[in-house]
Parts: sequence; structure tokens; C-alpha cells
Amino acid sequence: MPPLTRWFLRSSLIFFVLALILGLVTTLLREGGDPQVGAVAQAFSPVYFHLFLVGWVTQLIFGVVFWMFPKYSMERPRGFESLGWASFILLNAGLILRAVFEPLHALQPAAGLGWLLALSAVLQWLGGLAFVANTWGRVKEK
Amino acid sequence: MPALTIWSVRFALVYLGLGFTFGALMLWNKGLPISGALWSLLPAHIDFLLFGWTVQLILGVSFWILPRFKHPPKRGNEKLAWGAVILLNAGVLLVAISPFLAQLPWILTASRAAQLISALLYMLHAWPRIKPTGT
Repeated sequence: MPPLTRWFLRSSLIFFVLALILGLVTTLLREGGDPQVGAVAQAFSPVYFHLFLVGWVTQLIFGVVFWMFPKYSMERPRGFESLGWASFILLNAGLILRAVFEPLHALQPAAGLGWLLALSAVLQWLGGLAFVANTWGRVKEK
Repeated sequence: MPALTIWSVRFALVYLGLGFTFGALMLWNKGLPISGALWSLLPAHIDFLLFGWTVQLILGVSFWILPRFKHPPKRGNEKLAWGAVILLNAGVLLVAISPFLAQLPWILTASRAAQLISALLYMLHAWPRIKPTGT
């Protein structure tokens, strides 16, 4: 298993646990019945879905694809590894930014936080595109 | 990789790129508002990433790596799998255009029906291949 796959998989496992912890905590908060606390729980709802689906599922797929797909070439079996690392760093940086600032922005909208959300959007987008760019050439017969 | 896997994984990568683009636009719009109309991308964002990317990647890769048969056709009934890929993509595209065609409410129903038939076709294809290797 190449180092980048290990980073993707370990990071995905961390996000899996974090997502489920967040799911449990927000459920408990909602069940408390306090509408203000319920609003706080609601602010974390998009973060829960994205920690699970991007942090866990997508990142696990990225890591396994980088490891198992056909070789790009004899010289570059896994394509351009720098693109793979860029994908890992950008995706995780963007997701962490989102996890912190999306609920804060929902609860107390402020201009500074808005820019951080936009930055998070760009980082995750570039991370996804870097993965597509590096994987495309490895989708072939052999 | 067989041809069906190449097609479905390439489609999956296209949907991944589009799904991330739509998601990034909506997240940017949440932080620095551009237009409320961007929220109409939400159904496409969800379906592109859940069905177009994740389900289609699983479908394509499993067609490639599930145990093959000793005698041709080694991957069983490939027509069923091709039907599944075509209907899956038709369903995803119909969901994506549904917010822009509010006068045609049956489009969403048709998209879900296409995805259901796709799942059934793929199940019929894959079921006999879930077996010990070399049998």
C-alpha cells in the first residue's frame, strides 16, 4: 500500500469516527427539546453529511483507487503523485475549514467567516479536480 | 479493465468533477452570496455525487473484479450490466434537469424509476458472479 493511500485511509477513518460522534451529539441535542440548542444542532447538519460522505466515503475511495487502478505507465505507475498529494491536502484542508466555519457562519453570519467558507469551497473543489486529473489516465484496459 | 468499467468509471469521474463544482458554488454562495438561484443545483449535486459518482464507480469496478466464469461469456450477461449503466446515467441526468422543468413533474418519478430498474438489472447481472473464485 503506497504512503498516500495510507494517509487517505487513516484520514478517512478519523472522519468516519468524527462524523458519527457529531451525529450522536446533534441527535442528543435535538432530543433535549430546547429550540435554541436545536438550532445549534441544525447548524451542524451539513457538516455531519460532509464529514461522512467526503471525509469518509470519498476519501476511502480516493485512497483505494490511487492504490489499485491500472498503472499510468512503467515510469509513473500511479500517475503524477504530486497531484495525488495535492488532492489529499486540499480536500482535507477544505473539509476541516468547512467543519469549523460553516456552523459558526450559520449561527453568527460575519463577513470574515464568509470568506473562509468560500476558501473552503475552492480548496475542496481543487482537491476533487486534482484527483480526477490524476486518475483519468489510469482508467484504461491495462 | 473491461470496456464497461472504462466507460462507467470515466462517467463517474465526470460526475465527481461536476458534483464538486456544484457543491463548491453552493458553499461559496453560502459564505459570499452570489444568487439564490444557485440552490437549484442542490438535487444535481446530491445525485451526481451519490449515484453518478459513488454508485457508478462501485458498479463499474465490481463488474471488473467480481469472480468470472470458467467459460465464455466470462463476465456473464454483459447486456444486463450495460443496461444498468445506461439507465443509471439517464436517471441522474433527469434528476439534474428536474428543477428547471417544474411543468413536467413526472421527470423526477421517471428518474427514480430508471435508477430502480438500473439496480435490478445490475443485481441480475452480479448475482451469479458472487461465488467462489475458479468455479
